[in-house]
Amino acid sequence: MKKKSASLRTAQPRPQRARGASSKTTRASVPTAPHALPLHKAPIHPGSILSSTQLTVEGVSKILALASDLESEAVRTRELRLHKRRVSLLFYESSTRTRTSFELAAKSLGADTVLVSALSSSIEKGESLKDTGITLRSLGAECIILRHPSSGAPYLLAQATGLPILNAGDGIHEHPSQALLDLRTILYRCFGAKQARSVTEKSLRGMTIAIVGDIFHSRVARSNALLLPKLGARVLFCGPQPLLPEHAADIGPGVSIERDFDRALQQADVVMMLRVQQERLSGLQLDLENYTRRYQLDAARLAAQAPRALVLHPGPIIRGMEITSEVADGPQSAIEEQVHHGLAIRMALLTRALETPATPSARKKTRR
Amino acid sequence: MSSILIRGGHLIDPASNLDARRDLLLSAGRVAAVDAPGKLDALAAREHAEILNAKGLIVAPGLVDIHVHLREPGQSHKETIATGTAAAAAGGFTSVCAMPNTTPVNDSAETTRWMQSPDRGAVVRVFPIAAATRGSLGEAITEYGALKAAGAVAVSDDGKPILHDAIMHQSLAAAARAGLPVIQHAEDTRQTQGATMNAGAMAFRLGLRGMPAEAESGIVERDIQLLAGLQDSRAHLHIAHLSTAKALEAVRRANRNGLRVTCEVAPHHFALTEEAVGQYDSHARMNPPLRVQSDRAALIQGLLDGSVDAIATDHAPHCVHEKEQEFERTPNGVLGLETALGLALQVLHQKHSLPLSRVIALLSTQPAQLLHLTGRGSLAVGSFADVVLFDATATWTYCAAASKSKSRNTPFDGWTLPGKVHTTLSEGHVVYEGNS
Repeated sequence: MKKKSASLRTAQPRPQRARGASSKTTRASVPTAPHALPLHKAPIHPGSILSSTQLTVEGVSKILALASDLESEAVRTRELRLHKRRVSLLFYESSTRTRTSFELAAKSLGADTVLVSALSSSIEKGESLKDTGITLRSLGAECIILRHPSSGAPYLLAQATGLPILNAGDGIHEHPSQALLDLRTILYRCFGAKQARSVTEKSLRGMTIAIVGDIFHSRVARSNALLLPKLGARVLFCGPQPLLPEHAADIGPGVSIERDFDRALQQADVVMMLRVQQERLSGLQLDLENYTRRYQLDAARLAAQAPRALVLHPGPIIRGMEITSEVADGPQSAIEEQVHHGLAIRMALLTRALETPATPSARKKTRR
Repeated sequence: MSSILIRGGHLIDPASNLDARRDLLLSAGRVAAVDAPGKLDALAAREHAEILNAKGLIVAPGLVDIHVHLREPGQSHKETIATGTAAAAAGGFTSVCAMPNTTPVNDSAETTRWMQSPDRGAVVRVFPIAAATRGSLGEAITEYGALKAAGAVAVSDDGKPILHDAIMHQSLAAAARAGLPVIQHAEDTRQTQGATMNAGAMAFRLGLRGMPAEAESGIVERDIQLLAGLQDSRAHLHIAHLSTAKALEAVRRANRNGLRVTCEVAPHHFALTEEAVGQYDSHARMNPPLRVQSDRAALIQGLLDGSVDAIATDHAPHCVHEKEQEFERTPNGVLGLETALGLALQVLHQKHSLPLSRVIALLSTQPAQLLHLTGRGSLAVGSFADVVLFDATATWTYCAAASKSKSRNTPFDGWTLPGKVHTTLSEGHVVYEGNS
């Protein structure tokens, strides 16, 4: 089947407004349809990070190297990197870590940031995501960081604005910057700072990363499962049936399911614990007491099953539920470091977003 | 009334078992004569008939779509009966059956008649399908006798299933007495809460909640059981937009057991799979959703072997701003009237070698028979002069911007398809001419 530039990355010319229909009819004149224009999509800006699926090993290496460079750069020099560039944070969901991390990253590069949150903006009045994006672009935003409750929303914003979009979490789809910071944390802790500048297809070969808990509702799980196997890692999803459907293992190569927590721990070099997202359960009944008994990572279990594994958690942590304080604050935990690496990764993503030229056709459209 | 002689074409009329070079004389809105090439010239001259040169074209009964949404009354920002039927004519359709999920829901004889009024400006024939239950709420059945008298050709709560066993049972029984088919939108909505695409690996990767095949097949199986329990040979269950191998298997089993269960398949379900959702393309969102390749292959097999009774488009217009939203917020449905013939020819005729006469049967003869549209879907003498002339091989490119529909929501924009419609005639009047 022949498709005319159906790819989202190809610019589609705006078709001309069609004229009225032929009036060669005898019974009733064919009505002249008020010819609406079809849905218009701008190409996705190549500086965007929407999903782990778009990342190549080479691309990941560049981001990691940039993160290290920016981190070690003198504060003054760094501040000139994105001096007075305009970055918008568009948050339709609450966030502590991600929002602050992106905001601080932008500020430390000298950029101006504007925060728009769903409450206290025209979004409350019913303004669409497209119009909100176009408004921000008109006000001078050069990059938008989006957190949104609907899976795929960053694609819509990217196509509506033509701007580089950084996905800061969309529904239960992805959270790619989190996967990158998790990767940097793993590289630092397992191989040291020097090895955290670049990766190959074999960097994580032989390593097993167990992701445990509410996989179905976790955008962090998806982004990690789509990223880490590209570097040779094996990802083990672990959780009960309603939170971990069978076809989760088909998300990509190198992913499998191990429902028994202890068996998953025994194989794991890294254990990533997830929170049960009660706000997204939508009617699903879950016996939390039983869940805690089966899937909580406590000190005794960790010592017995995975005494050397690295413990990660994307936060927010619900202490006493999926993880105990002893483990979260213990020596195997890298939870605080994850937050720290988040800042470096997000500096790199912002720099990449604002320094990657748009495709020629998109530049024409968004030129001011 | 004037006469038209369609001359020099290749006539395919499955209803008369004709597939040969024939001329066709239309007079007073009916088919007046069918004869060998040249044999009608003298008669046509006496009647001062206009000559329509059909050389190199297929002449077939006008296509019949038993599943469209014309959005009137109440949603004329999406489509009107005038624009929807103009799109139908452009696609070669001369009869369309309009689903009742309008505003208000068409659950009354009054609305049923209103839709057929000449004031609506329809250019092809509109047959309303009335709601099976009041307000399509699934609680109390409507008055089937009165609806049929007002022109309704079937009852359905399309867009929603009739979920309660007792209500579905009542509906099947009452419809059997009234001589109407019950058209079921088979979806167990208890399994599809918040779901926006087919359930499976792709939905998981995209972070979208999925509709399992069982949500469709479960209702089909339940309905078949209810039908069997009814023990009324007049009862007719028709499954709308069947999309899964599992549901098709259930229909086949019911037919082997002698039950009157029929089904239709939409072009997007035999032309596309869930892969078309790609990066949250809202033009690939419909209900039932696009399924996986094994389902698509099963539907094609069913169309080839006769298990599927009709192709129906489920033409569902939505405004650009409605489709330009977050995938999970965007409404279900795509346009279908202008691309159905091309897709059927491309997929079924060209790719799978289904004879042209079988394609015409699926798009015209059989759907007309399913809903008892007397005189439609046939070119036998005395039938309505509903005719489509098309070039089966010449390709054309579909351009959504130039669609006759008010809306633009199609996944087939820019597709090159065979089967360019040359002329569409409705009851003897030219209602569409493609510029050749």
